[in-house]
Amino acid sequence: MTTTAGFRGAAAIVGVADAVSPTGMLDGSNRALETQVVREALEDAGLSIGDVDGIAVASTGTGAHPSMELAQHLGITPRWTDTTTTGGSSFEVHVEHAAAAIALGLCDVVVSVYCSTPRSARRRGGGGFRSRAGLAIGPVAEWELPFGLRMPMGAYALAASRHMAEFGTTSEQLAEIAVSTRDWAVRNPRAYHHDSGPITVDDVLASPVEASPLHRLDCCLVTDGAGAVVVTRADRARDLRKAPVAVLGAGTSHTHAMISAMPELTRTAGAVSGPQAFAVAGCGPADVDVAELYDSFTITVLLALEDLGFCTKGEGGAFVEGGRLGPDGDLPANTNGGGLGYTHPGMYGMFLLVEAVRQLRGEAEDRQVRRRRNGRGEGLPEVAAAHGCGGVLSSTSTLVLGSGATA
Amino acid sequence: MTTEVTATRFEPPVTEFTTPFWDATREQRLLLPWCRSCGQPFWFPRETCPRDLSPDIEWRPTEGRGVVHAASVMPKPGNPAMAGREPYVVALIELDEGVRLMSTVVDVDPWSVAVGDRVALAWEPLTDGRSLYVFERDGAP
Repeated sequence: MTTTAGFRGAAAIVGVADAVSPTGMLDGSNRALETQVVREALEDAGLSIGDVDGIAVASTGTGAHPSMELAQHLGITPRWTDTTTTGGSSFEVHVEHAAAAIALGLCDVVVSVYCSTPRSARRRGGGGFRSRAGLAIGPVAEWELPFGLRMPMGAYALAASRHMAEFGTTSEQLAEIAVSTRDWAVRNPRAYHHDSGPITVDDVLASPVEASPLHRLDCCLVTDGAGAVVVTRADRARDLRKAPVAVLGAGTSHTHAMISAMPELTRTAGAVSGPQAFAVAGCGPADVDVAELYDSFTITVLLALEDLGFCTKGEGGAFVEGGRLGPDGDLPANTNGGGLGYTHPGMYGMFLLVEAVRQLRGEAEDRQVRRRRNGRGEGLPEVAAAHGCGGVLSSTSTLVLGSGATA
Repeated sequence: MTTEVTATRFEPPVTEFTTPFWDATREQRLLLPWCRSCGQPFWFPRETCPRDLSPDIEWRPTEGRGVVHAASVMPKPGNPAMAGREPYVVALIELDEGVRLMSTVVDVDPWSVAVGDRVALAWEPLTDGRSLYVFERDGAP
């Protein structure tokens, strides 16, 4: 195990903001949306733009030097910069990097930023969040595109097909994840599917096949969205506006870039990032009160549950039965309604991070999770897992976050 | 004399390194890159071995027999070139040499293709005289 002394609890998330819309579309330029969420996240923290000395960004459709362009727009001259892009896990990576840099004194206040507007782009005749044009070079073009895999759902479908064959996982079990996630979405007035009502396993199975074995209701939304989080030193965090959320542990890994190169279709990089994050945090899956696990597709959640150790490999299907991840289950997961029902602009990792913070602060209103794992009774949740997954099951980054009770 | 072929797939680009691979497909021969240093084949083809970074690579023919490792049916085309072919199956095929590559299984009900099915190499012509490696169910009627 790597030496991570000094990481646990050295930094805290002190401000969050996200922009979503009931239509799935947002007005304004991407730069204006980024600026809006930065301003709101700083306001949430009780900080101002002048306090920011570190910037991390992974927005869609930016120029060649994303952090330089955004910092220029915001009028800041940071002494720490990060443009790591690992798809949907980018923002967990940003927080991991920021916490390490803060622990070493390289910077004090970092803001991580995301904006993407694929739904508006599609309305305007654009290619949505996965335009194929950019992929017509390199190994994907030579070794995958000729076979016509629908992307991204086809890549996840291949993993699902393998999981079913190896472990007997069923479409009904995958559908349970969609059902539980929708139950959360209907409790969240800001969720895209808030007014859509609950769904059943039969509804999922009756929805059109997008890429077998995945149905439409196994798949995430395509919406616009923007978000920002502010990270600072734990001692500074104590004096700010909101209760700080401690970064207790972090881990990151990636296994491949194109699905045909995935070493094992049923084992993601989460099998590395998850255990590392828990080891650094000094706790385990049984201590998690609320789990925000990237749900690009239902299979993404199932693999994360196994790889992070909430259940053993191959038992994810049985684990999610009976609404276990839903409002009445014993592992509340994707409590804002998830990528399946809240928002999904392409790299959802920002939004699951924002939701983990809101849950730990007790700001989640009708969807507020109580501390209930292991019979610990009522009260606010103390430990959250925020697990991003990007590319085509390619990259993962896991954060273990804690309320003041864990500091 | 070759029959004129209309493009019905996205046609794979060729790099300097993969030119021997694609040239062999003109004679419907499938080559795998083997590392002379560690003695193992690998996929996808690249200039160095992904196990030891050796640049000592040789192309060796494969009979092209293997097993369906994963499969997904596309009810809609994955790119414009595939329009009209749907539904079709995209599969990861594990060759008997141990490498796993993306391909498809043809001349079969795509919905019937299952993980574990034995498959054998087949070919589909591309427009420039090359052929694309595809698979059919081994011993299928």
